[in-house]
Amino acid sequence: MLRGILIVFLAIAATGVGYWGYQEHKEKNAILLNAENNYQRAFHDLSYQMDLLHDKIGTTLAMNSRQSLSPALTEVWRITSQAHGDVGQLPLTLLPFNKTEDFLANVGNFSYKTAIRDLDKKPLTKNEYESLRKLYTKSGDIQNELRKVQYLVLKNNLRWMDVELALASGKESTDNKIIDGFKTVEKTASGYDEKDLGPTFSNLQIKDENFKNVKGKKISENEAAAIAKKYMKFDGNSKLKVTENGKGSDYGFYSVSLKNKRSGEEGSMDITKKGGYPIWFINSREVTKENISLNEAGTKAAAFLSENGFKNMDMFESNQYDHIGVFNFVTAQNQIRIYPESLKIKVAMDNGNIIGFSAEDYLKSHHERKLPSPVLSKVDARKKVNPHLKIMEERLSVILNDLNQEVLCYELLGTLGEDTYRIFINAQTGIEEDVEKYKNAESVYQDVL
Amino acid sequence: MEKRKTQLKQLLIFCLCILFSWNFQLNTAEAFSGQVIQKGAIGDDVIELQSRLQYLGYFKGKVNGVFGWSTYWALRNFQSAFGMPIDGLAGGSTKAKLVQASKYNEQTVKRAINHGANPSNNAGNGTRRTAARQTNSNLKPTEANTPKGFSQNDIQLMANAVYGESRGEPFTGQVAVAAVIVNRLSSSNFPNSVSGVIFQPGAFTAVADGQIWLTPNEKAKKAVIDALNGWDPTGNALYYFNPETATSPWIWGRPQIKRIGKHIFCK
Repeated sequence: MLRGILIVFLAIAATGVGYWGYQEHKEKNAILLNAENNYQRAFHDLSYQMDLLHDKIGTTLAMNSRQSLSPALTEVWRITSQAHGDVGQLPLTLLPFNKTEDFLANVGNFSYKTAIRDLDKKPLTKNEYESLRKLYTKSGDIQNELRKVQYLVLKNNLRWMDVELALASGKESTDNKIIDGFKTVEKTASGYDEKDLGPTFSNLQIKDENFKNVKGKKISENEAAAIAKKYMKFDGNSKLKVTENGKGSDYGFYSVSLKNKRSGEEGSMDITKKGGYPIWFINSREVTKENISLNEAGTKAAAFLSENGFKNMDMFESNQYDHIGVFNFVTAQNQIRIYPESLKIKVAMDNGNIIGFSAEDYLKSHHERKLPSPVLSKVDARKKVNPHLKIMEERLSVILNDLNQEVLCYELLGTLGEDTYRIFINAQTGIEEDVEKYKNAESVYQDVL
Repeated sequence: MEKRKTQLKQLLIFCLCILFSWNFQLNTAEAFSGQVIQKGAIGDDVIELQSRLQYLGYFKGKVNGVFGWSTYWALRNFQSAFGMPIDGLAGGSTKAKLVQASKYNEQTVKRAINHGANPSNNAGNGTRRTAARQTNSNLKPTEANTPKGFSQNDIQLMANAVYGESRGEPFTGQVAVAAVIVNRLSSSNFPNSVSGVIFQPGAFTAVADGQIWLTPNEKAKKAVIDALNGWDPTGNALYYFNPETATSPWIWGRPQIKRIGKHIFCK
């Protein structure tokens, strides 16, 4: 009797577990399939966009009039951005795929710059046609390779999940057809030399990573330690460690970390080897009280700058985050603000100490400039601005424009309705170089249900 | 003798002046606190400033406790209308003028803010309570400053990623992880939105194993704000890895810039 009940019970339990396992298995497969399908969509879409890209570049080659060329180039630009988005959705992070992405970025930059240009006045030059032709061939090669991979994927039912697993476990050298295919694509993309494509390309690359404007003699580790103590105001009780930069850095620097056991403060700082300039420092200390105002904190920041030999600095932005004031300074040369030379300072609003400093932009671009005198007058500049805008403030300043060149501009601050805008009118040519809408403060959503 | 008399007179005037200005100070201290309020500031004084400017019709935005651009222009317009030097700073004389010209009832305004409404400060009764400031000062501004170009949700998402990736790291190490995300945003080899970079398949282990959905602490959030404000402890790194757990030989081949905490940062 008892045995009978036990058998029935066990039988029910076994079927139950079996059913549950089957359900789990089904669910797992559904989720895996879902993830796989997402990868497949991104991949097939990428190769479709590359098809389109090749064709579109091809059509621009045959075009002559501005009316058709500008829209076609804009189309090329749009397609590169789509393709870039697709690449970002594939598990390629651990696979070297930079060259292909650089290629896409370069095509995008080139087409954008030429599309927005007035092609009636400045038609494509011979060199630019040559560039376009090269991009056409290159995109064709890449398209071909991608199509091959696509063919293999469809023929053998290759799964992107396997790629992800192979890459995650560090076994990308194993025989995976997708990985091999993408490596070939990458090789094809790296076959072209950017310099071949003319000066238009290099302009948009980020320039000077090496602090070449920084002057002075090379400092030693001990000197670096002394500089760190001076800037961060750590006393003799603090423990200190200096390390050199790794081999992969573009420029030489010392990293100094300090620890003060008594006050519990911890700081880190990077200092250029050449000249011993402070690149940045952070003093990670909790600031829980507020004893001084943002205005006083700003005065402290300005005093810190003049104390340390940063001359003619103009505060142009101040913001309070909890009990910390963050200030943005730029150089002012004869009252003209040089925006590329900016540096940031963090002030603790409990005791007014400087707890953060970042001068990377400043050190990279600081040098003596010969500023041209403006061709346009203030009145001319005002006329270039949208008439609906109410202008509240104006001054001269230097900014980096879309092409990464420094230009002298009239900077106009104005309002339209409740919004504030900053507009830069080129002081030589009258071109509206940049229009920026300032963001209004945003609601804190913590109480939203 | 005559000379002495004039000296005495001068002294008397001087004393009176001091007394007067002291009295004056006392008057303003009753409403605003003693600080000079500057653009970018947050807190009770800003709420009062906005409410008073709103009462006078210069400020048309929402009273939110953040000294933003609309408050700045309102204050400048007020200064220009009342013949004061236009500097956009609410210092002693400006605050005194404001107090003189407008009414402010702290409790009504704050009650309205607490209820999520845009308080219109019609100042029911003009009585000011300095005691109320103390009891009510735990009230936070309803809005906050964010680094240019990023929303609070972006910051939250990044804080999630930073916390999931590096919660055991020192503060600088967390700023560094956030800085890598920022550097990727401006690199052509990576997606150009915060979500695109963070959720790029395989980019962050914390995303892959779900640790990104842990609740981040304030430290992670502060690290993110520092990185967005322009602090980059990594020397323009685009990748980082933990040498103890990294499996990919490829990542070891990247040019290494420096080490912070447990992570090696590279290009």
